[in-house]
Formats: sequence, C-alpha cells, structure tokens
Amino acid sequence: MANLKIENVVKSYGNVQVMHGIDLDIEDGEFVVFVGPSGCGKSTLLRMIAGLEDISGGDISIGGSVMNEVAPSKRGVAMVFQTYALYPHMTVYKNMAFGLIQAKTPEDEIDRRVRQAAEVLHLTDYLERSPRALSGGQRQRVAIGRAIVREPQVFLFDEPLSNLDAALRVQTRLEIARLHERLGTTMIYVTHDQVEAMTLADKIVVLRDGRVEQVGSPIELYERPQNAFVAQFIGSPKMNFFGNADFVAGRSPGADKGDAIVGIRPEHLEECGEGDALMSAKLDLVENLGEYALAHMVNDAGTEFIAKLDKAPSVAKGGTLYFTAKPELVHFFDSATNQRIG
Amino acid sequence: MTDKQRQNLINRVAVAFGWIAAILFFFPIFWMVLTSFKTENQAIAIPPLLFFEPTLENYTEIQERTNYSKFALNSIITAFGGTGLALLIAIPSAYSMAFNTGRWTKDILMWMLSTKMLPAVGVLMPIYLISQKLGMLDSKLALVIIYAMMNLPIVMLILFNYFREIPKEILEASRMDGTSTFNEIRQVVMPLAWGGIASTALLSIILCWNEAFWSIVLTTTEASTLTAFVASFQAPEGLFWAKVSAVSTLACAPIVIFGWLAQKQLVQGLTFGAVK
Ligand SMILES: Nc1ncnc2c1ncn2[C@@H]1O[C@H](COP(=O)(O)OP(=O)(O)OP(=O)(O)O)[C@@H](O)[C@H]1O
Ligand SMILES: [Mg+2]
Repeated sequence: MANLKIENVVKSYGNVQVMHGIDLDIEDGEFVVFVGPSGCGKSTLLRMIAGLEDISGGDISIGGSVMNEVAPSKRGVAMVFQTYALYPHMTVYKNMAFGLIQAKTPEDEIDRRVRQAAEVLHLTDYLERSPRALSGGQRQRVAIGRAIVREPQVFLFDEPLSNLDAALRVQTRLEIARLHERLGTTMIYVTHDQVEAMTLADKIVVLRDGRVEQVGSPIELYERPQNAFVAQFIGSPKMNFFGNADFVAGRSPGADKGDAIVGIRPEHLEECGEGDALMSAKLDLVENLGEYALAHMVNDAGTEFIAKLDKAPSVAKGGTLYFTAKPELVHFFDSATNQRIG
Repeated sequence: MTDKQRQNLINRVAVAFGWIAAILFFFPIFWMVLTSFKTENQAIAIPPLLFFEPTLENYTEIQERTNYSKFALNSIITAFGGTGLALLIAIPSAYSMAFNTGRWTKDILMWMLSTKMLPAVGVLMPIYLISQKLGMLDSKLALVIIYAMMNLPIVMLILFNYFREIPKEILEASRMDGTSTFNEIRQVVMPLAWGGIASTALLSIILCWNEAFWSIVLTTTEASTLTAFVASFQAPEGLFWAKVSAVSTLACAPIVIFGWLAQKQLVQGLTFGAVK
C-alpha cells in the first residue's frame, strides 16, 4: 500500500527555516492538492517527497518505510515538472523509455509500457518526434507519460498546467482527473489555481509560511474554514470580512460574539429591501460578467466588500444597496487568534 | 548636416576602421605566404617585391631535407591528446561545479584562471626538473600532460558556463529516472552541451597547436612539434626568410584548414544542441 506519511517535517536552508514541522497523512489512492500563497513551501514539500530536496528534520514514509535517505528513483514516485523538463535531444519515445532503460527493464516490456501510455495520452503519432516539434500541451502529456510508464506508487505534479493557455488547461485538467480515476494511484498536486484545487482534490492542504493551515475536502474548506486565512484563500472572489459596526444597528449576526470577525462570501450576500437589511452600502463599481455581476461596495464606515449578484444592480454608481445573508452561511473568527468560532 | 547624413558618415568611418584592423591582422600572414613562394634573394630584396615569378623550391626542399610529417604528427598527437585529457578532467569537474554550485565555486574558478596570468617561464625550472627526473624529457606524453594542464582552467570555465545553461529540472528529471552520475553526464549533460564542448575543444586544440614555449624547452628531436620545428630554422648565420616563411605556412595551414572545417560542423552542432 502506498499511503504516505509526513511526520514533523522541517526544512532549513542554512539558517533560514522554511518548513516548520509539517504533519500529513495521505491515504492510498487519494488525490491531494497543496495550495497556498507564493513562497509558502508547496514546491519544497513536494520536492522533499520526491527526494530532490534533503529533509532537515522529521520523517517521510511511503508504504510504511521511511524514505528520508532513499534515492528519488527508488521511492516509487514520479514527478511532472512545471517546465516539463523533457530531454530535448531524445525522441518522445526515448523520453518516456529513459527511466526504464536506466532500470534495465527488458526491451519488450519497455515497448509495451511506452506504447500503452502513448495510447492513453494520444501520443502514438508523435513517438518519433523530438519534443521541440510538439505543442505545449503535447509536451506536458509526454511529461505525464514519462511518469506513467514508471508505474509509480505516487505521482507528484508541480503546477503542471501553469504554462498552458486557458483552454488547454481545462482540457489537461480533465485528462489528469480521468487518469487518476483510471489508475487509482495516489497523486499529489501543487497549484495556485483555485479551480484546479477544488475540482481535482479529494483533499486540499492549505499551506502558509511553511505551516499547514488546514487539511480537508474541498467542500469542508469552503463551508467550514478553520481560520480567517483559509476562509479568504479558498473561494473567489475572496470572503468579505466585517466588524459589528458594518451592520445596521442591532442586527449584526456577531453581536453576541464580542468583536469577532464576521465573514460572508460574496455569493452569499443577497440584495433585499431596507426593512430586512443586515447592512447597506454604496455601489462603487460593477463588473458584469453576463452570467453574474460583481458589485464592489463601500459602506459608511469605509469598509469595502464585494457582492456577487445574479445580474447587475439597477442603481447607478453611488446608489445605495441593501444586503442580507442566511445565518448558516455566516462565519465567525476570533479577532485575536483568527481561529473559527462555532 | 542632417542626422541621417551624420549617421551615414559615422557608419562609413566605422567600416573604414574595420577594414584597417582587418588588413593589419591579415597583412603579416599574407606576406608570410607570399614570401614562401619567393627565392631567398627575392625575399630580402629592397624594395620588397609584390610581383615575382612564384617558385615551389622552398617547399620541395623542406619535404626532401627535413622531417616535416613527423613534426606535424607530433603536433596532432599532442594537440588532440592534450585537449582530450583536459576535457576528461574538465567535464566531470565543470559538471559538479555547475550543478552543485557552492559558496566558493566562483572563487575556485577564478583562482584556477589566475594561474594563467603567471608567465610560463615562472615554472620552467620545476617542470623541467620533474620531466627530467621522470625520464619524460622529449616525450609526447609530457607535452600532452602539460598542454592539458595549461588549458584546463579556461576549458573548465567555458564548460562551466555552458553547463549552467542546462535547465536544472532536466537533471532533476534524470535523477527521478534513476540515472547514475556517469550516465547523466554522458547521456544528458554532454548531448545538451555538445555545441559548447565542441567549440571548447576546438579552442583548446588551437591553443595547443600554437604552443611553442614548452615544446621548444622540453623536446629535442623525438617529440618536437611544428612550432619547435619552425623555431629550429633560426640558424646562427641568420634567417632564411623564404624557407622560414614556407615552414611557417606549413605549420599554420593544417590548423587553419581544420578550424575552418570544424567551424562548419560547429554551427550545425550549436543549432542542434540548443536546449530550448
Ligand atoms: N534553494 C533555496 N535556498 C534558500 N531558500 C529557498 C530555496 N528554495 C526555496 N527557498 C525558500 O523556501 C520557501 C518556499 O519555497 P517554495 O519554492 O517551496 O514555494 P512555493 O510555495 O512553491 O511558491 P510558488 O507558489 O511561488 O512556487 C520560499 O520562501 C523560498 O524563498
Ligand atoms: Mg513552487
């Protein structure tokens, strides 16, 4: 079984500590996505799992055995790089076969595996080409093929789609999802992209400054973020934060929670009449995307927030809008610790 | 003058300077080749002759009276041998420096390079004595080793810079693929840096070929190269200009032709080896 266990893993570069005791359990067959702001240590953690980066402290074990000192090729992991990292001087076939050749796999076995992977990835017609003669999407598929043929226990992806254009990104994302369904192999995937994280993951790991902020299914993270950081990191546009003063006097949902931060997602704000309103604000700017409209609002206290509406509001810039929200969709965070309340 | 006219004038002056520099470089070579086809008397004639009836007499005499081909062979062996040995040491060294760059890597390279600033004659005594003690005076092996050491700093520096151009991820991918260090150098790094390695080798071969100091000092007859051969034409009773010119032409021609041919290959190699 290829469950992966990360225990109290620490990483330092010289005197600078960048990972501060990461604990993580990944079940066999899970699709895990690492997200977090730039520089939070996603790549570093992935590369430590791959064996490309030394581990300064703690243990990483795969299938029950500690891998800290094991060579990358012997860990049963395969990595897909953001820049593809294909061997430019080898054909597509050779690129995929290279690892197997190094492992002295019998030739007919290599041939079988490469052709099978090429089939799955629609690369059969390109096997004799050089990577130079391929499009970005095709190159990325070769990189994935190179990982598949090694039949790893764990796939590692470091922002594999970020060099592709939007349409291709969607397509390749689906292909990766299908691949996971088909192979059932554990996959760890690093991304900046909300949509990739939400759609692909069984489990999302939110990292910040070398620490795990929250681990959970996409829907858990969306519905019950454990702290203010995760609340704003997951979801787009990000969650609005309010204080008691931003609400109509006496109607603040957080009135009984002291000076807690009140979080409401833009899509959970509903336009309503003045009588029912939790809050009112002036319209500053509308971004109309057809399918929905984002109303950028400013209230009397100067707090800015965004409401996601079904259609552009009827008032002009400077006009007043009234909003309410369902109580179960309102989040509260301690203003000192930023941790979730309730 | 309008701006355009001024620009034109500047361009013309620049072109003129270019030509003057080119002629200054080329003239001695041209004169050497020209002189090699004169008789000794024509060669020292004043005013110098530009038009004369060319003769091959110098060349035939050299062919008959000296052992040109032996010296040429020595030059080839020592130039290629020295370059080969230098590459053998420099490729793994540059590999480890380029991909495990440490705090001192740059300083080590600069220090190695700084040894090139010393005049060779500074180490004449030790090297002569070592060669003598090892019984390697007048041996091609000694020249090969010295040529390799002589070019090692520059070869390493150039290879270091070429290797650093290779994206790190490609090497990481090969590590994930389980490639041994030896295979990684041979099957990944060297093909990717092929253009760089070839042009470095060419440069090193040319430097070895033109090396005269150690060849003159350390060899007498057996291992002498063409440069020592040319120098030997300086007779006590004076120079025979026409013959020296012919010998020099014969010493230069092979490397010029080789360099020209190799360069054509190199252009191909460079475009083939491009990483991106
Ligand atoms: N070789 C290194 N030497 C020193 N510090 C490093 C090194 N590599 C990474 N770091 C630091 O480690 C931290 C984590 O880097 P990492 O590349 O893992 O971030 P990331 O989450 O992948 O960011 P991004 O989303 O921008 O790719 C960063 O603060 C970075 O500056
Ligand atoms: Mg990264």
